[in-house]
Amino acid sequence: MLLVPIYIVSSVSFILGLKMLSHPATARNGNLAAAAGMALAIFATIFMYIDPETGQGLHNYGWIFSGLILGSIVGTLAAKRVQMTAMPEMVSLFNGMGGACAALISLIEYQHLSHQDISSISGQKGMILIIVLGLIIGSVSFAGSMIAYGKLNGKIGDFSFKGQNILSILLLLIIIGLAVSLVMNPGQPVLFYVIFVLSLLYGAFFVFPIGGADMPVVISLLNSFTGVAAAFGGFLYDNMVMLTGGILVGAAGTLLTILMCKAMNRSLLNVLIGNFGGNASSSGGTSEMGSYKEVSLSDAAVQMAYANRVIIVPGYGLAVAQAQHVCHELEGILEERGVEVTYAIHPVAGRMPGHMNVLLAEADVSYDKLEEMEKANDDFPKTDVVLILGANDVVNPAAKTDPTSPIYGMPILEVEKAKSVIVNKRSMKPGYAGIENALFFQPKTSMLFGDAKKVLQELVAELKTI
Amino acid sequence: MTFLEFINHHQQIIYIVILMIFVGIVIIGRVPSVLHTPLMSGANAIHGVVVIGSIIVIGKAAPDNYFALGLGFLAVILGTLNVVGGFVVTDRMLEMFKNKKSK
Repeated sequence: MLLVPIYIVSSVSFILGLKMLSHPATARNGNLAAAAGMALAIFATIFMYIDPETGQGLHNYGWIFSGLILGSIVGTLAAKRVQMTAMPEMVSLFNGMGGACAALISLIEYQHLSHQDISSISGQKGMILIIVLGLIIGSVSFAGSMIAYGKLNGKIGDFSFKGQNILSILLLLIIIGLAVSLVMNPGQPVLFYVIFVLSLLYGAFFVFPIGGADMPVVISLLNSFTGVAAAFGGFLYDNMVMLTGGILVGAAGTLLTILMCKAMNRSLLNVLIGNFGGNASSSGGTSEMGSYKEVSLSDAAVQMAYANRVIIVPGYGLAVAQAQHVCHELEGILEERGVEVTYAIHPVAGRMPGHMNVLLAEADVSYDKLEEMEKANDDFPKTDVVLILGANDVVNPAAKTDPTSPIYGMPILEVEKAKSVIVNKRSMKPGYAGIENALFFQPKTSMLFGDAKKVLQELVAELKTI
Repeated sequence: MTFLEFINHHQQIIYIVILMIFVGIVIIGRVPSVLHTPLMSGANAIHGVVVIGSIIVIGKAAPDNYFALGLGFLAVILGTLNVVGGFVVTDRMLEMFKNKKSK
């Protein structure tokens, strides 16, 4: 009897946890509250759940606890060891695990049902419907998350072909058709497994053509899919904590997806069918852009050392190079010389919103040195040197000036208002959106090629000698 | 069973679903963009509640039903990974926000 009140407490902890997670001051406690509610719900289920069919409690404790312990150890190790730069991949991976879990539950429940005789199984169409929906959404979420993981990891490239969207829609229609046929006539195990395989395929096709820059949005969307899959599990077992937790994440995740799109000024539909980054034809190639100029390390160091004010614009290049610590060191040396140094953080710099804040915090960069986009844009005209570290699309003026550009309309950091701009990149290759950046060809811009960490180390060494 | 019967039969669940959708939308409506990633990660951990379903499914499986035991065991592991990994990763992200503020 204690199970119901415990589930209620857990559901409330999820709601409060999510609420607290959306305010900086309470976020950490919110996460802990939700985790506590989750632990409570899991252990209450193990010891107090009564199967309504048989009236008995659960058994197979050996299997349950070995699974829990194994999952906890691997999960903790993976989460503790992952580099801060690889956080997005990790979230995607864990999301996929949840989707797979939902799909497996459906597989087992269907097998359980199909072993009963035909007459009883056809009376349970509602049950079958829920099982199939859980299977489809769970599988799509699993396959999609794995592809997103591979893409963020760099193991899988963008992959799209003509008519891919049509094929995806066709696949989805086939899945829906087969699901309807199965619900109408549940005794067809082959159909069930065909739906399983097609759903996995659809999940992969769903993510394949989407460009890397849009991956956070896709992960957020798949996250809400898994929430819905969990909710179907709750429906299946009349389990209120699964239902509330799942729907809560499904709804909040969908809104979060939309908010992320807004931060990038893209519509969700555009992200999903736009093939962003796959075909970079809109800006006509390098030849029209003119020529760029390079700057030597010592010149760059001198420029910054004698500036009154320097703004650093960190981007994904800083993250891959793990250059946040040496970046902080550079900031310290410049401050010692009386240069005012701040960081301009674009909401979607890096690969995830908030990515740069997390990275710079890891290197002990003080919170009040981080400027949000609006404030930074007011400050650029008063700035002598802007140092861009591996950021590209978030400072691309095409977002303001070129209506044909795929990123047109995205709010950007208006670095070209500063007196001079130094851009550190590994090469002239375009950024994630796959488009050229006219900023690099402006007269006040100079390029400083190389790995962000190596370049910053050399800049620090150079500054010490001045 | 007709559609209307289905709704009548499950009216409580349908009410819960509708209310939860609104709750989910309202509570995160004003999140600053800095917290988008930790919030996504936290929500990711919460949908790990699906592990409860896997515990139920393996907990009621017959001891000689190796299909259910095997897949159920895998489901428990994966679900636990989602829950534990999700919360730990989120905590790591947020830990850094906290350090930053106290300094």
